[in-house]
Amino acid sequence: MSKTQVNFILNGQPVEVLVEPRELLIHVLREQLLQTGSHIGCETSHCGACTVDFNGESVKSCTLFAVQAQDAKVITVEGLVSNGELHPLQQAFMDEHGLQCGYCTPGMLMRSYRLLQENPDPTEAEIRQGISGNLCRCTGYQNIIKSIQKAAAVINESGHDEAKSA
Amino acid sequence: MAATAESLERKEKLQGIGCSRKRKEDPRFIQGKGIYVDDVKLPGMVYGALVRSPHAHARIKSINKEKALALPGVITVLTADDLKPLNLHWMPTLGSDVQAVLADEKVGFQLQEVAMVIAEERYIAADGVDLVEVEYEELPAITDPHKSMDPDAPIIREDLVGKDEVGHGKRLHDNHIFTWEAGDKDSTDAVFDKAEVTIKEEILNPRVHPCPIETCGCVASFDKINGHLTVHMTTQNSHLVRTVLAMLSGIPESKIRVITNDIGGGFGNKVPIYPGYVVAIVASIVLGRPVKWIESRIENLSTTGFARDYHGTAELAADKEGHIQALRFNVLADHGAFNAHVSATKWPAGLFSICTGSYDIPTAYVKVDAVFTNKAPGGVAYRCSLRVTEAVYLIERMIDILAQKLNIDKAEIRRRNFIQADQFPYNTSLGWTLDSGNYGPALDKVLKAVDYEGLRKEQAEKRAKGELMGIGISTFTEIVGAGPTKACDILGIGLFDSCEIRVNPTGSAIARMGTQSQGQGHETTYAQIIATELGIPSDEIQVEEGDTDKAPYGAGTWGSRTTPVGAAAVTKAARKIRDKARKIAAHLLEVSEDDLEWDVDQFRVKGVPDQVKTMKEIAMAAYSNVPEGMENGLEAVDYYDPPNFTFPFGAYVCVIDIDPQTGEIKVRRFYALDDCGTRINDMIIEGQIHGGLTEAFAVSMGQLIDFDEEGNLLGNSLMDYFVPTAVETPHWETDYTVTPSPHHPLGAKGVAESPHVGGIPCFSNAVIDALSHLGVTHVDMPHTAARIWKKLHELGVAK
Ligand code: FES
Ligand code: FES
Repeated sequence: MSKTQVNFILNGQPVEVLVEPRELLIHVLREQLLQTGSHIGCETSHCGACTVDFNGESVKSCTLFAVQAQDAKVITVEGLVSNGELHPLQQAFMDEHGLQCGYCTPGMLMRSYRLLQENPDPTEAEIRQGISGNLCRCTGYQNIIKSIQKAAAVINESGHDEAKSA
Repeated sequence: MAATAESLERKEKLQGIGCSRKRKEDPRFIQGKGIYVDDVKLPGMVYGALVRSPHAHARIKSINKEKALALPGVITVLTADDLKPLNLHWMPTLGSDVQAVLADEKVGFQLQEVAMVIAEERYIAADGVDLVEVEYEELPAITDPHKSMDPDAPIIREDLVGKDEVGHGKRLHDNHIFTWEAGDKDSTDAVFDKAEVTIKEEILNPRVHPCPIETCGCVASFDKINGHLTVHMTTQNSHLVRTVLAMLSGIPESKIRVITNDIGGGFGNKVPIYPGYVVAIVASIVLGRPVKWIESRIENLSTTGFARDYHGTAELAADKEGHIQALRFNVLADHGAFNAHVSATKWPAGLFSICTGSYDIPTAYVKVDAVFTNKAPGGVAYRCSLRVTEAVYLIERMIDILAQKLNIDKAEIRRRNFIQADQFPYNTSLGWTLDSGNYGPALDKVLKAVDYEGLRKEQAEKRAKGELMGIGISTFTEIVGAGPTKACDILGIGLFDSCEIRVNPTGSAIARMGTQSQGQGHETTYAQIIATELGIPSDEIQVEEGDTDKAPYGAGTWGSRTTPVGAAAVTKAARKIRDKARKIAAHLLEVSEDDLEWDVDQFRVKGVPDQVKTMKEIAMAAYSNVPEGMENGLEAVDYYDPPNFTFPFGAYVCVIDIDPQTGEIKVRRFYALDDCGTRINDMIIEGQIHGGLTEAFAVSMGQLIDFDEEGNLLGNSLMDYFVPTAVETPHWETDYTVTPSPHHPLGAKGVAESPHVGGIPCFSNAVIDALSHLGVTHVDMPHTAARIWKKLHELGVAK
């Protein structure tokens, strides 16, 4: 199958890949660009393990063809650390036990990252609604919610928000 | 010796048992640096994808690979005929049966594995699957286990015709697998015959699936030059897998290495050995290249490790005051097309005989008949020990039904039947010795916390207004920690577990175990135990599991056996090291061992506070200055064979409201008190409880793997199969009591499964309690709005 060249910004760096038109963004991120932080749980847009930040929106990267990423700004979990420092969400997930097996975690972090930009001070109900596209089988969500609340407080206090790559 | 402020400070620094220290595994997970099987990429790696049967029961008339092989990038297509010369077309199951690796002339369930296409790229392998042409001749299918043993039922397993046993005693029909019994039938029948009160109910534990977010998969890599096979695999029990692979392939076990790095959730789904793994291994042996096979979500839900499908007929006999006198449970178990049920050899129905629960029931009899149907094989323990959820569900439902029949309060009837604290160790009528328990205070604590009386009052008021409110109680006892090798083995291997600890000269340590974390945080909790036992900070203890070349042999992590068995091995290995350290300290301090006392992280001479040797100093001396006649080094291995299981328990209360017009259920409150004995890390325990309760909620409120009469699976994606999101998931309130296990070196019991096992009946009891005043004694799960709405219609409540 003939391949198409796609250029986009991944975690702040320009990248160039040759892809088949049918290739999903998640596969290109993981297989070609070796960013294996984003995971695959269904490939049918249900689980959210593949969630990335795409032009300022949360997107399930199994729902997009890689060619649709032309000129896009994509952030994955690998881009959350800035200047060697964990993002407040990463720190909060660790502090509040917001993860167990870690498989949903990158997607959950990327969704929370965007959620807090959309709504810097969400209520519990808003968080529950806001992460409802991301499934977790391990935590029962309660500590994830706590983690997001804690990160929101830290960000609101310190003004820390953007990932390095944003 | 009284702890001084100074020694307390040293203790705190260790971050050992009892502290809620942060998890050591988290830094890699929050940065996307975990290594799950699909992240493994080896040079020259190719991809396998499975061709699967669209039919549940059919004969394979022909397989044509030509078109697939003609596709550029397809390397080979393997079928049963290709595996036959290697004698690898069938494999042993963990249930003493065999299973077709690739369908051998016949398929027995929908999406059964028929062929594997190996290609240079993942997408090409998938394209190749579409090009393999298989001609089938459809056969009538059986999906209702009640029809499996009909005289004219089609035979599902022609390969077993003429065999009167599949590892577990006599078969009664070609579709019958085994009958298993426990207890005393005659005396049970006698009690029932003259009992004042008897109740009987048909109760189903429906077929469900553990559905971890990561599916199953492997990367198999055979090195043709030195004959080594390395398999990266999603398995909860790498050592058992290696043994099976050795038996299957003839490759010496020493040349097989099974590696499991991080696992994206298991919940029992990743215990069995699946055909996909085996074909990928064969392909790698044939091609001499690494082969990756990763399941899709649909394949995962349709073909790997389902759970339950236990069709129970439950009976209790009691006196008028509600004291249970006898229990009689008969179960028809649907095992699918192969007996791939995960069970210890002597326990084909798992630990189902724990079904007398927390109650002093003098006489009991249980019988389980397992049959084949045209459904996927399995019968894994979904976040529980083998068949324990099924058992606990029956008794916790039945005691409610008895209360209803006798008009006794559902908390009160439990109190009347509880085994009392002074009766432990308690021998159940079905043969278990419960190690410890204190049920009454646990229940009282919970009832007080939720204001049970107030809730019952509110319920009465609501009922008067036509509103539906339910209060569910569950006071369960679990059995976890398989198990004493005299009672439990799989494929002849005892279910002990192991730990090897090595203390380095500078005082840090590395420890390796035969268990396998799937998110439970073993790296953290094991390090905490060693920290407390050896006085080495948990941050300086490296914990490794899941590499059969490195770790000592163990049976893996399932059935909540990590704490009861694995952690005991860790403790005992650490204590062996401490014993040696004491000898070295005595030698260094020139005193006798008896003159020494252990103080957090050092030995000191009794009564001489400044005469001390720290663990760090002792470690160095172990490599440079040991007493005469002693070997150098500071390490130990322990294989721990538990004397008994452990029996964690809990008391849960759930409050729900049902919308009488829509059937929607709202969980208003869920209060869970667990007693898992000694607690190693509260934060991790709480996390496990939250997760287990959420899985209980999923099972009781929505999960179902359902089939039509032809054996078509009705819904096998996450669109149809219920995995609760944060929106539906209730808020959990947790609590605990501590009743240590008398036989565990730390007094600890397992915990992660209790919330699942105890939670499911609690939800059902709440739902049925909401309808009990309408004469309802039981409704089968899942309690979806649609099903409840239908029930409300039947009852004339919903208009
Ligand atoms: S893998 Fe993309 S949503 Fe599940
Ligand atoms: S932490 Fe395992 S799926 Fe969320």
